[in-house]
Amino acid sequence: MNQMTEIALENAITSAARPLDAKMRGRDVNVFYGAKQALFDVNLDIGERQVTALIGPSGCGKSTFLRCLNRMNDTIDIARIDGSITLDGQDIYDPKIDVVELRARVGMVFQKPNPFPKSIFENVAYGPKIHGLASNKTDLEEIVVTSLKKASLYEEVKDRLHEPGTGLSGGQQQRLCIARAIAVSPEVILMDEPCSALDPIATAKIEELIDELRANFTIVIVTHSMQQAARVSQRTAFFHLGVLVEEGATEQIFTAPSDKRTQDYVTGRFG
Amino acid sequence: MANQSPVSTEQAENQARLSRIRSGLARRHGRERRFRLYGLLAIGAALAFVVILFSMILSKGLPAFTQATLTIPITFDAELLDIDPRPTLQDGQSPADLRAADLRWQRDATMLNWNSIIEQSVRELTGDTQIAPRDLQSIIDNGERFKLRDAFVANPALAGQTVEMQLLASANADNWLKGNINRDLPDAQQQLSADARALADRLYEDGQIRMAFAWHIFTNVDSRSAPASAGLAGAFMGSLYMMLVVIVLAVPIGVASAIYLEEFAPKNRLTDLIEVNINNLAAVPSIVFGLLGAAVFINYFRLPLSAPIVGGLVLTLMTLPTIIIATRSALRAVPPSLRQAALGLGASRTQMVFHHVLPVTYPGILTATIIGVAQALGETAPLLLIGMNAFVAAVPGSPFDQSSALPVQIYLWQGNENRNFFEARTSAAIIVLLALMISLNAVAIFLRSRLERRR
Amino acid sequence: MYSLLTIALLLALLSIAYQQGWAVSRKLATPEATRLHSRPPYHGSLVAIWTIAPALVILALWALFGATASRAYIVMNLPAEIVDQGGNVLQSAIQRVRAIASGAGVAGEVQPYEMAAGAAFRQFQNLASATVLGSAAAFAAVSLLFARKRIAVRLQARNEVERIVRYLLLGCSAVAILTTLGIVLSLVFEAARFFSFVSPIDFFFGTVWNPRFSTTGAGSGEYGLLPLLWGTVMVAAIAMFVSLPIGLMTAIYTSQYASPRMRSLVKPVVEVLAGIPTIVYGFFALVTVGPFLAAFGQTIGVNIRATSALTAGIVMGIMIIPFISSLSDDILRQVPRAMIDGSIGLGATRSETIKRVILPAALPGIVGAFLLAVSRAIGETMIVVLAAGNSPFLRANPGEPISTVTVTIVNQLTGDQDFASPQSLVAFALGLTLFVMTLFLNMAALYIVRRFREQYE
Repeated sequence: MNQMTEIALENAITSAARPLDAKMRGRDVNVFYGAKQALFDVNLDIGERQVTALIGPSGCGKSTFLRCLNRMNDTIDIARIDGSITLDGQDIYDPKIDVVELRARVGMVFQKPNPFPKSIFENVAYGPKIHGLASNKTDLEEIVVTSLKKASLYEEVKDRLHEPGTGLSGGQQQRLCIARAIAVSPEVILMDEPCSALDPIATAKIEELIDELRANFTIVIVTHSMQQAARVSQRTAFFHLGVLVEEGATEQIFTAPSDKRTQDYVTGRFG
Repeated sequence: MANQSPVSTEQAENQARLSRIRSGLARRHGRERRFRLYGLLAIGAALAFVVILFSMILSKGLPAFTQATLTIPITFDAELLDIDPRPTLQDGQSPADLRAADLRWQRDATMLNWNSIIEQSVRELTGDTQIAPRDLQSIIDNGERFKLRDAFVANPALAGQTVEMQLLASANADNWLKGNINRDLPDAQQQLSADARALADRLYEDGQIRMAFAWHIFTNVDSRSAPASAGLAGAFMGSLYMMLVVIVLAVPIGVASAIYLEEFAPKNRLTDLIEVNINNLAAVPSIVFGLLGAAVFINYFRLPLSAPIVGGLVLTLMTLPTIIIATRSALRAVPPSLRQAALGLGASRTQMVFHHVLPVTYPGILTATIIGVAQALGETAPLLLIGMNAFVAAVPGSPFDQSSALPVQIYLWQGNENRNFFEARTSAAIIVLLALMISLNAVAIFLRSRLERRR
Repeated sequence: MYSLLTIALLLALLSIAYQQGWAVSRKLATPEATRLHSRPPYHGSLVAIWTIAPALVILALWALFGATASRAYIVMNLPAEIVDQGGNVLQSAIQRVRAIASGAGVAGEVQPYEMAAGAAFRQFQNLASATVLGSAAAFAAVSLLFARKRIAVRLQARNEVERIVRYLLLGCSAVAILTTLGIVLSLVFEAARFFSFVSPIDFFFGTVWNPRFSTTGAGSGEYGLLPLLWGTVMVAAIAMFVSLPIGLMTAIYTSQYASPRMRSLVKPVVEVLAGIPTIVYGFFALVTVGPFLAAFGQTIGVNIRATSALTAGIVMGIMIIPFISSLSDDILRQVPRAMIDGSIGLGATRSETIKRVILPAALPGIVGAFLLAVSRAIGETMIVVLAAGNSPFLRANPGEPISTVTVTIVNQLTGDQDFASPQSLVAFALGLTLFVMTLFLNMAALYIVRRFREQYE
């Protein structure tokens, strides 16, 4: 089975038919929580090495969609998903897909910084360790240091790598979580309102970091702040009541939205 | 390196990383499955223990609820009943004198040779004149002659008549007939002689001995001389008195302390001390409460040994922390909005607590009470230290009388030398105890749902 | 008769006082202008409390000292030669007098002096109860008048009633403290008496337990704690060895894997184990587990006795399973969801998340639960009384019978309670040891668990 997946994935990766910029595609995605439908026929492409922002009022389904992209909804018993989501052309809800591997390729950063009750080093080393990415101790140390550097945290913590991660400030904790996600070298990073629990200075740092990471990673970010979406993203998708209302270049969404609801939202009429 | 396209290097790295992850997947999923299996095995083991425990108790105990009983026409042979007529009130006799005379007469009646009446009746029933009286008597419970005495005392006109009566077979005969004892053992190891066993078998085959429901387990008190007729009545009443004491004392005091600590207590050293103290008290071994009872209630206050009142007091102190802790968590679960609403309407703190908060917590307090009482009902160790393991062959008339308790009765019975018989009897007592606890809980669940629906 | 009268008197006092307070305060409140500070029921309650309190005090005093007083009176009326004999003679004489006075009569011939004492005692009793009831009523009446007089528009009756209620509640909470105090004092005093017979060094470091039940000479026998302590530790260790893996894995499965339906089925069934009285476990160990282990040992060629540390330990472990599983379940469910999501989101499997994130996070709580379970295991009595074999020797083989601290407390203190011999008093020294051990374990556990809770709140 693994072999087949491998072939399929290889085909997908080398396939010339793949549109150059679409890393992930959602087609007719419907999500139900028990009897309640949370998403209605969402069609959305995620561009490679771009930052895609999902915006909309709370409860609009943007986080739900994000959690579909690495199957985090699997952990909710009553959640059910229809339609297809592909990663490099491969359906991630295909029963042949190993969800563990998928999540190694599509990492996630959460709303509240959630470092493990371990040292800073162990936090970052966690992913590489479970996935067996480091062949020896030096290797592991290198991965940790590189990841911390990529997350612009290394300078601040290099003297206390073996102190608990929970001792850091909120912004540092969130960057630690980003470093933790980077350490597995995922292709896509999902961020669920990563700055909502942070102060403005920490937020600015994270936004700066997101902009840097764009060079190497495909990033999807859910945010309730339109300014943040405008600052960090290249493309923006606007969700409302479980429906994807409009999607396009960030510039266009904020300056010339085609839908009345988008216009009302970005101009602050509701939300 | 510089000529290589950066994208393809990255792709190659990516490929390497993915294959590395994939190579570990099978092992990791295997571990996951094994871990889940351990979990299921643990649950299976826990459930299996429940099943084994209950099936052991039921399989051993249920047969004890029926007991070999001999249905026999008893002839009250007037010759053997060598006794004056029962005294009646004579002219000029005071009622006290009559009572004394009657008591004397009853004593004489007890002294009559009831065994030979039974013996004669059995011989008549079976037509067996050869069997030795000792063997014959060994299959009838030792206490059954008092049944004849009681019948005669209640109705002296029985003399010379024949009445059908039900007599309990002895514990040994019961064992033999139920197969609780190995039938192939040599005579020397059998409790009954060969003749007695043959007689028991014959009576059983002829249907004169049947397995009848053993009502006396519920109506009789403990007995040593007549083990077959030993019952739980005394122990049951003892436990009942203790539970009454616990309910009357532990519930009000426990609920009051919970209210104080949760609603009124200022945040200070004393409150902290009480709090820590209650949590610790909840985890003090029960036997320590027994030591407290022995030293304080028995040795210092000189309360009677073996009395349910002392047992009740000890169990009260033991149950208090349980009730306090459970009531407090019920109080804590009341939403602050309810308190604020009451205070906002100008109710005083006390009014708020007693008029608004407390009624909402009734189901919780009820559950707490039942948990506490059930715990107290099953407790044995502290009762041993205040002398409740004494043999008491009477139903206590008040909490100050000597008495046993259900769990202590189980303890006493399991130690009886007649293992074969008392293993079953003990299991039967356990069934009664567990049934009581289950019905307590059932009542609690029922009341709780009623109370909650009313809201 | 006396108690019926007392209850009637108290009820009457209560209702009269309440009615008075209610009516008087009611009259004060004129519909036009004046408003009472407190509503009439509070005035009624306050007057009732004032009225009943002195009566209760008098009755309580009589309840406490009445018995002593009446005994003294009887002794006063008995001939000197009987009083001088003391002991059982005096005791039975007193009982006879009481019986005569109560009208129940006595066996045997009634001596004239008994008759006289009985009659006198009867008079004394009547007089005493009349005095008690009368003075209770009189005091009540006086304080009723006083309380009535206090009623005024501005009287803060509600506040006073509430303050009294609060003190009553505080008094109830003090019972718990008094209990602890009672435990500590009785254990310490009786243990001190024991240590006047046996030196603490012989007790705490002695390796031989042989108290010799004969009361021929005080101090005869050896009271070494170590064999008992060893047995206790061994049984507790076996119990934890059984219950920790099963309890913890059960908690992990029900809290992390099981569907809500399975959870709601499994949890109550496992908790049934917690509700079963320990005497039942003891019987189970004695009748089923012990013989099974002995037979099992025979088939594999190991000598296991039916009543042994192993039997008691295994059954105790079964008893503790629900304790560990429900405590751990509580604790595992307190590990924040976000932390679990963080691990799952990185591609960790469930079991990796549990082993590497949830368990380390929950470790302090689980250690606390473990300590509480150990404390319960060493304090458990009935299982070891029935199934451990009661053989107080230092033995390393768990298949052999042992004895524990709790078993020995039961053995030494059942039978006749003679609080003067070291044979009985040693129970309190053992109890003190047990109390201190469990106290330390509980304190540590409660402290750790509380710290753990605060961390995630």
